Amino acid sequence: MRNDGETTALDVNWLLCFCAWLIAFVSTLGSMFFSYVMEFAPCVLCWYQRICLFPLVLILARGLFPFDPKASKYALPLAGVGWCLAAYHSLLYAEWIPADMQPCTQGVSCTEVHIELFGFLSIPYLSLIAFTLLSTILIVLQRRTPV
Amino acid sequence: MKRTVFIAAAVALVAAFFVGSHFYKSGRAEKLGFMAEDNAETFVRPYSPTLGSEEAKVYLVKFSDPACETCAAFSPYGKQALEEFPGKIKFVLRYAPFHKGSEDVVRILEAARRQDKFWETLELLYKKQSNWTQNHRVIISRVWPLLPEVGLDVERVRADMNDPEITKIVEQDLADARALGVRRTPGFFVNGKPLEPFGARPLVELILSELRIQYPE
Repeated sequence: MRNDGETTALDVNWLLCFCAWLIAFVSTLGSMFFSYVMEFAPCVLCWYQRICLFPLVLILARGLFPFDPKASKYALPLAGVGWCLAAYHSLLYAEWIPADMQPCTQGVSCTEVHIELFGFLSIPYLSLIAFTLLSTILIVLQRRTPV
Repeated sequence: MKRTVFIAAAVALVAAFFVGSHFYKSGRAEKLGFMAEDNAETFVRPYSPTLGSEEAKVYLVKFSDPACETCAAFSPYGKQALEEFPGKIKFVLRYAPFHKGSEDVVRILEAARRQDKFWETLELLYKKQSNWTQNHRVIISRVWPLLPEVGLDVERVRADMNDPEITKIVEQDLADARALGVRRTPGFFVNGKPLEPFGARPLVELILSELRIQYPE
């Protein structure tokens, strides 16, 4: 097989984009599992994070076929805002930010403990991990694809 | 090749989602089945308000919030079932005051019970629910003027509602709701079986299927 530098670079970029899509899709299904199967009511902050997360599944999938190096340009703002929200939510949850600053006074509390996987991994942290991975991959992708 | 990988991943994830939900739900039903046998009291506490015969073999348990619209909409079903199958069904009401301020309404109900006006008060509160709730919040000041309609001594209700005995009841019901995984109201169980999926027709079917098991023709 011919070792074509350009093709390899494209493949790596495609794979990065694919990984980002995979993370976004797994997170989307996971959040739907929490709310529709396990019936946890999503709090306000969770909804804002979902606004940043759900469209990524479509945007990134669209960027894969045919591969569009601009995909990261459109996906990164969403992932960035989502990361900020997830970071804020995690700080609230970890009580680094005092509870009286929390924005949800009505309905579901943003600091309520629903589940803690392995004893510490709660839903806000899962979201933070997902958005950290997404942002990192998309930043790398953007660096690699000068537009 | 890339397309295949993409489609395979998408299909696998969606399939995992549905398989996961199936296992989660059947696991929950099974767990609740064991609880119904071993810890029947989680479903029915000695203090719980009930309707229907003591001999009934089918227990319809409703975790309810007086401020919840769907709970009000479902309230005729329990009564209908009791009327249609006299002696075979026992209706149990549990509290799940998830709405802001509805714990006070539960306290009022418990205080009304001491005046033997529990079910009348509940019916009145459901009927007039839109008067005393706004954006899923309870406006308690609008509840008081309604109470004399069923002949309640409002002063006595005010005095009784903060009784620590009532606090215990509310706390126990909330703890049981949590233990049984009730996160939305109304939460129905028929002989320990959770209503799944939620809906009026599935509820009727669940009751009928349990009647067939307990009272084979």
